[in-house]
Amino acid sequence: MEPIKEPSTPLVLLSSSPHIHSGHTVPAAMREVLLALVPAVLASFYYFRMSALSVILACVISAMVFEAICQKLMNRPITTYDCSAALTGLLLALCLPPSFPISLAIMGSFFAIVIGKMVFGGLGCNVFNPAHLGRAILLASYPQQMTTWVLPVTASTTLNAVTSATMKADAVSSATPLVSMRIAESLWQTGQQASTQLPSLWNLFIGNVGGSLGETCVPALLVGGLFLIWRGHVDWRVPFFYLATVAVITGIYGGVRGYDSIFPLYHLMAGGLMIGSFFMATDWVTSPITKRGRIVYAIGLGVLTALIRLRGSYVEGVCYSILMMNMVTPLIDKYVCNISFGGGAKK
Amino acid sequence: MSSQKATFLDGIHIPPNKSLTDGLKITKCAAPDFVYLPLSMHIGAPAQPIVKLGDKVKMGQVIATAGGFVSSNIHASVSGLVTGFQKRYLPNGMTSNCIVIKNDGLDTLSEEIVPRNESEITPDLIRKQLQEKGIVGMGGATFPTHVKYAPPKDCPAIDTIILNGIECEPYVTSDHRVLLEYPSEIIQGLKYFMLASGAKKGIIAIEDNKPDAIALMSKLVENEPGIEVLTCVEKYPQGSEKQLVYASTGRTVPDRGLPAAVGVVVDNVATAVAAARAIKDNMPLIERVVTVSGNAVNNPGNYLVRLGTLYSDLVEKAAQGYKGDLARIISGGPMMGFAVNSLDFPIIKGSGSLLLFNYDSPFAHVPQEQTCVRCGHCVDACPMFLEPTVIVQAVKQRNWDSAASSSIHACIECGSCAFECPAHIPLVQYIRMGKQFIGGKGEGGCNPFYVIKK
Repeated sequence: MEPIKEPSTPLVLLSSSPHIHSGHTVPAAMREVLLALVPAVLASFYYFRMSALSVILACVISAMVFEAICQKLMNRPITTYDCSAALTGLLLALCLPPSFPISLAIMGSFFAIVIGKMVFGGLGCNVFNPAHLGRAILLASYPQQMTTWVLPVTASTTLNAVTSATMKADAVSSATPLVSMRIAESLWQTGQQASTQLPSLWNLFIGNVGGSLGETCVPALLVGGLFLIWRGHVDWRVPFFYLATVAVITGIYGGVRGYDSIFPLYHLMAGGLMIGSFFMATDWVTSPITKRGRIVYAIGLGVLTALIRLRGSYVEGVCYSILMMNMVTPLIDKYVCNISFGGGAKK
Repeated sequence: MSSQKATFLDGIHIPPNKSLTDGLKITKCAAPDFVYLPLSMHIGAPAQPIVKLGDKVKMGQVIATAGGFVSSNIHASVSGLVTGFQKRYLPNGMTSNCIVIKNDGLDTLSEEIVPRNESEITPDLIRKQLQEKGIVGMGGATFPTHVKYAPPKDCPAIDTIILNGIECEPYVTSDHRVLLEYPSEIIQGLKYFMLASGAKKGIIAIEDNKPDAIALMSKLVENEPGIEVLTCVEKYPQGSEKQLVYASTGRTVPDRGLPAAVGVVVDNVATAVAAARAIKDNMPLIERVVTVSGNAVNNPGNYLVRLGTLYSDLVEKAAQGYKGDLARIISGGPMMGFAVNSLDFPIIKGSGSLLLFNYDSPFAHVPQEQTCVRCGHCVDACPMFLEPTVIVQAVKQRNWDSAASSSIHACIECGSCAFECPAHIPLVQYIRMGKQFIGGKGEGGCNPFYVIKK
């Protein structure tokens, strides 16, 4: 037997299969999510003009800067190019009230990036949706600024009779549709009509109401969300089951209490539910990885949101329900797991 | 031909890139001066050589006999002189003893190779011929075919034979050409398989990216009772055994089970051709169709090559060399093939393709691994419904219990997860490594990616 012959070795690349790749990258996906948010950003410019621009710019730039500083301090490669910090900043900005002070917005960015993301180890390691964590901290720390709403510059001052409309330099302070709904609820309970208390469905749909920068314009969010589903970045199950659960619960609740039939429709379109279900709850890092897990997660989101909105003292439930379900995600991943093809139940 | 296209659940879409060679007729590659026939070119025990140094052998003569039931005979693919025994690397990284035969250029056929009368063919003869003529699965797995037709007693009776003409690997077109150019032998082989197993139904499964092959085969099986052509959706890994059984029959092969457990046997179309020749003409398996493709090849094509031909001979004689500096040499398809470091490997019974890429190709780029962002694309892609990222987490932590309870053994290593991963995590590679560790009870071998810090 001759000794073993070593193959001659020209310079070729060796690796284990597969040798081709789909070309999907994280930065490309992040850029597409940013692209999907463009309609919502444009809508916020249209409704809130300069105040939208300044808050969005402040949040996006500061988020990127904070991430770069953290990575520098942590001796890690600086990955501003992957757009994940920009996305976090933008999502945070879209969840803030239009007249929000710039300095506080930057502080929100700090919380979102540093406390929400980098402390856990950066992209992919965070437990909570960073943008919503930043918003929750701001809400706890500055409740007054976080709940001062202004009407869009396009809305007429007679639209809302709930709050005494006080003219400001560029905006009118108002209540959000969800606050109006609380008043409408009490009217419905005593058998009165409440339509004058509520913005019209059409205004609610197109976003001509008070609310956070990016959450009001439903068509813009739908376009972006459907784009993400089409591109495969978002699992349709999350927004579908989230919205469906909220609609069913508010529908039953309204039906039992004898509210107007538009009650669930208002809940679907008002507040942060649209942006939350398409852009926040579907965050890769903080949602379950299996399809069945995502359904459980989305139904949990819907139940929590409806509970907070209907029974809580605070009118908006999306942010907190997403943060709560983020905490449950590892548990869902552990117990709602796939059964292998042809295999029995997993231990 | 069924109007509904069959498929399995999950899986991925890969650009097929088959246009380089799918229109090119099978051409003969000239027999080389030396052939190197490994004794382990099949799954199972290595064959035992029965020739000595200096023996004169004829083409088709048995030179090594099966080393057990799950093993296979090896035949001389050229006539000439046994000039040596060498230990060589195979593309899969294993080593094997090879019998070296110097070609005398005469191709003197062994006397026993005479066509047989159709009337004397019986199921037992078919099994005997499959074993004696060295027929193994030519789709790549190289599992000895006669073993599939001698199923264990506790299995249900075989009622369906599926011929796999899917060829879901990008670039590879050898099975496509076999379908187009040896269709009658495929049907003949399928009939023999059905006779040997007692199956009443035969399915020829073809992916819908080969309409010409589907049309041809459908026409030919029109008057064949029990045989049908099944059009499958172009999706990876449609050609994987368990996925194909599900697509064709709706049956789920149990975990750790063979298709025989649900009454099905799957064979490659090239295997059917080889079997037909072995049974009818007494011709052993000594040559096969190999696709040579990739952007570096001067003359890509589908070549009929003698077993034991070195890749270098194939590239030189048939494909007329390559252009540029080679960045990648892939033995097999880009999804499951082996990247090798030279052309110094013999063609074995399972080699369906050889791909050469130079530095102009995206194959020359190996991206860096990043952190998992839990997007779940790997979970959505996995045709075995596993959770690759969870298994990989366990493998990285050397938590073999956790990896095992995540069904790491069920992975078919198709690579769909790693193909899809936006963070470029080599998921299937980690899983493969984890399997080896678990096979060796966590000892032996080395983990090149992960070092435990104490």
